[in-house]
Amino acid sequence: MAAARPAGTPFHVLTGGLAILFLFPLAWCVFASVSPKAYTAQTNGYGFGNYTTLYRFGVGLPMFVANTLTVSIATVVITLVVSALGGYAFARFRFWGREVLFLLTLAILMVPYASLLIPLYVLLNTIGLANSLIGVALVLVTFQLPFATYMMRISFEAVPRDLEESALVDGCGPAAVLWRIMLPAVRPGLVTVGLFAFLAAWNEYFAPLILLAQSSKETLPLAVAALRTQLPMGQVDFGATEAGVVVLAAPCIAVFLILQRYYVRGFMSGAVKG
Amino acid sequence: MLSWHLRRQLTGFAYTLPTLAFVALLFITPLLLVARMSLTNWPLLSHGGAFNFPKNYLSIWNNRLFWPAVTFTIEYTVLATLLLIGLGLGLALIVQSQSRWVAWLRTAFLLPVSLGLAAASLLAYGFFSRESGPVLPLLEQLGIGESFGFFATPIAALLTTTFLVVWKFAGFYMLILLVGLQGVSDEIYEAGQIDGAGRWQTFRHITLPMLLPSLSLSLILCVTGSLLAFDQFFILTKGGPDNSTITVVQLIYREAFQRQNLGTAAALSIIVLIVLLLINVLQLRFLRRGEG
Repeated sequence: MAAARPAGTPFHVLTGGLAILFLFPLAWCVFASVSPKAYTAQTNGYGFGNYTTLYRFGVGLPMFVANTLTVSIATVVITLVVSALGGYAFARFRFWGREVLFLLTLAILMVPYASLLIPLYVLLNTIGLANSLIGVALVLVTFQLPFATYMMRISFEAVPRDLEESALVDGCGPAAVLWRIMLPAVRPGLVTVGLFAFLAAWNEYFAPLILLAQSSKETLPLAVAALRTQLPMGQVDFGATEAGVVVLAAPCIAVFLILQRYYVRGFMSGAVKG
Repeated sequence: MLSWHLRRQLTGFAYTLPTLAFVALLFITPLLLVARMSLTNWPLLSHGGAFNFPKNYLSIWNNRLFWPAVTFTIEYTVLATLLLIGLGLGLALIVQSQSRWVAWLRTAFLLPVSLGLAAASLLAYGFFSRESGPVLPLLEQLGIGESFGFFATPIAALLTTTFLVVWKFAGFYMLILLVGLQGVSDEIYEAGQIDGAGRWQTFRHITLPMLLPSLSLSLILCVTGSLLAFDQFFILTKGGPDNSTITVVQLIYREAFQRQNLGTAAALSIIVLIVLLLINVLQLRFLRRGEG
């Protein structure tokens, strides 16, 4: 569109200022986490005292990170397996109940997440997955499935049929076709689905808050939120909190910067058909 | 030996079994369970309760926090939706051309989106604090910061939290609207220019109508997300000051885990579910009509 093309310096100054406004809080947080502050471990000079507080908090940072990684990796792996198998079947096979199941999967989007967490809490208690990181991951997978299944279905539909048929003619079974021919062809879709699942699981706050009762099972977002109130007399340890935000945000920003085009791709395919 | 078609059927069905398991066990079952729970007095750790309909629903009506929570959630939703879609559209118009500079801008606007809402809320908690943040000391130097607190009054708490949400999500709506903008072909713009359309006329009569599908998707996502707001208020204001920033989902959480009334929490969940379904159906209807 001609009207909005960069118009030289004023455009650059204005938009550059706006970009700085968006980036400033992130930069500030990194800076604040190593700056001196009262009531923190870093009262004099710059240093990593707040990270030491964070490291030693509760059951320890390594445990919180391990918990969060367990939930995240389980969510990503299960989401990929379920949506790749489902997406392939929805795209290439005709079977009884196909469209009903596909619509039911998409319908998960229509029901508010918060409305299902109370019964999910009761349900996981009943089947012995209460207070379990895998239980949290299974819940998170469920809410990733509408996007993931849709994404994988359109990815498989875009693969030329010849590719698959020539392999079938060569005597490959359906499993071999999926593994050797189809999965490599839909790799961008898999990366997009995995990226969204990782960001959602790593950052999730509400589901672990409700589904995890022991502090030894807590994930990082819960731990950093709890970290604020560890000091006596209602003082808030802002320094350690900011260190926690940096640890929480760093992998997301790294993954996002590396895989940005897959992130944007997820939107493109979603909005073109949606 | 099974026929080729039957084998294909069975293979397809087998591949969707994991999906079916998730949908049946972790979507349909809790959906039925929440409906049943809303009709009983379900204690926190048990496998059922006595039928008591309509007690749970009536107790919501009589909960003194219910109507303030509904009002507050609607206020927040209107404010956040207007700001997010307005700013998202503005950003999308800025970054719709292709250049190195614009690619940098897109990344900058998108970066906060990759953060979790909880992480972003914790960041804002420090950013807007007197002890740690950069803003209040600056205001104090200008002589207006001493008596001001970003979470001190109901209106300040609402505006500060909305500011955080706009910062975190504006890039998300920029991206959705950008997809819509890029769907408008250059030929249509050229035809508009030949007809002598000005900037505003081009925007009003070409861009905006073509953008309607993306706008309606943004609207639905934004309204739904805002009505279900939880993390940001739970972390930043804990519902305060004076219970002025309790959202409906926070009320569900309080009923279930602080007052241990799972039945009432389930009834609230059902109400939220029905209201959201109705709102989305109405939005779709309304926007379809706008399109036609």
